[in-house]
Amino acid sequence: MSDHVVSRRRLLRTGLGTIAASTVAGCKVLDGLSAPDHRLRHFMERANDLTMAMQRGVLDRDALAQEFAPVDIRQPQRPNGVTDPQDADYVAHRNARFANYRLEVGGLVHRPLSLSLADLRQMPTRRQITRHDCVEGWSCIAEWAGVPLWHVLDRAMVHTSARYVLFHCFDTIERSLSGAIRYYETIDLVDARHPQTLLAWGMNGAPLPVPNGAPLRVRVERQLGYKMAKYVRAIELVDDFSGIGRGRGGYWEDRGYEWYAGI
Amino acid sequence: MSRNTPPGPLVRRHTRVTRVTHWIWALSLFFLLLTGLQIFNAHPVLYWGDQSGFGFDNTVLRIGAVDDRGVVELFGWRAGGMGVLGYSGGAVRAFPPWATIPSGTDLATGRVIHFFFAWVFVVTLLVWAVGALLSGHLVRDLVMDRHHWRGLARDVRDHVRGRFRHAARYGPLQRLSYGLVLFVLFPMMILTGLAMSPGVNAALPWLSEGLGGRQSARTLHFVLAAGLLGFFVVHMVMVVLAGPLNEMRAIVTGWYRADAQEAGDV
Repeated sequence: MSDHVVSRRRLLRTGLGTIAASTVAGCKVLDGLSAPDHRLRHFMERANDLTMAMQRGVLDRDALAQEFAPVDIRQPQRPNGVTDPQDADYVAHRNARFANYRLEVGGLVHRPLSLSLADLRQMPTRRQITRHDCVEGWSCIAEWAGVPLWHVLDRAMVHTSARYVLFHCFDTIERSLSGAIRYYETIDLVDARHPQTLLAWGMNGAPLPVPNGAPLRVRVERQLGYKMAKYVRAIELVDDFSGIGRGRGGYWEDRGYEWYAGI
Repeated sequence: MSRNTPPGPLVRRHTRVTRVTHWIWALSLFFLLLTGLQIFNAHPVLYWGDQSGFGFDNTVLRIGAVDDRGVVELFGWRAGGMGVLGYSGGAVRAFPPWATIPSGTDLATGRVIHFFFAWVFVVTLLVWAVGALLSGHLVRDLVMDRHHWRGLARDVRDHVRGRFRHAARYGPLQRLSYGLVLFVLFPMMILTGLAMSPGVNAALPWLSEGLGGRQSARTLHFVLAAGLLGFFVVHMVMVVLAGPLNEMRAIVTGWYRADAQEAGDV
């Protein structure tokens, strides 16, 4: 056996040992990727840009989410996240059965609006039986009734410089050292103008229940549940969300979840 | 043990495309499996149909815990988690920290890594498919012809007896198992993954419908992952039994030491 072969074998064994050792240690080393500003994490997050580009560019960007039949509503809609906000302004509205509720629409619009629930109900209504997909992995089918968001946007006359719809919510989801953090979300105008994107005030033939976001929640049927903000207080048209929260476009996005949740 | 016959010459076994894609897949599947278990842990229940049965029962698999004991339920049949599944390290967790990336509970990071390697995996499969088609590898080495089907029974007997044939070309069992992985498990893994995406659902509703609904697709994705893990275990056993250094040299350098009487069999 020549030295050449021996050294090759040794190299191979050392190499295999290194791979095995790094595999075992790998899980711990990779825990660093949980840090939001990890460079490798940033690189890997770019894959989601590719996902969005493919879904928007290759697949039909106007496609409607699958709608189901009444017989498919087999259970109450499972609530998630905050299910009973304790914020003083919200509790006051709830105690008044949302009679004094106003949805404020502002930001980059020519005509800011202040809409009561009655105003919203008088606008064109769309009912759709769709499947709600949670990022955790579960799905639940329910019927939603509400005004398509594009009607509200058209009435407010969105400025051409607007790029995103920002939803401000009543519910405090986290209390941090810097104060209470209320839920917020953003979607772009492609999804905002999609015919199935609703400001929903009804669910399964009844007014929207408190655990599911009363009096008003968002439905963005081609994305995951965390995009569909509940307890909506105000809508703001913005051209940039980097100055809001931690700058990633939503409460969960600020905690590492993808801004585009079509996957 | 691995050499039943006198060693023959070194033969060219794997093209560069095969070797490079093999190792990218190995790396991708390692991350996909362990981040997949992280994602599964966020809701450790599998269902059959469009939705998850909370008000009715369509549960296939549930990994949970009763107090500090893990419980695995498969079609209502219950078993203990053996300190690994359902409850481990003093916490309720479907799969234990050593089986997930990151090791702690972190769905967001698990998803980031999962989707990154999902793209790596898909692109690698496309590169392989084009390369294997152009080089003839796909047809020459993976397709079973009459000759291979006829030799299958003998090949199974040989494997059971630990008699391995070392040739440049794959034997019937290798063709069947690699073919199953490349033409069935890999594509199905991608399709069941896509069927879970709400964006893809809207554009291609037939995909999840054809798989029995989004939750069925999620269940199948898990079952297919278990299938790939099973393939990996058998693959490792075969490599060890057939001669790990020779097999490793072949998949790293492309050169394989064939049996003397097999050398001419190309």
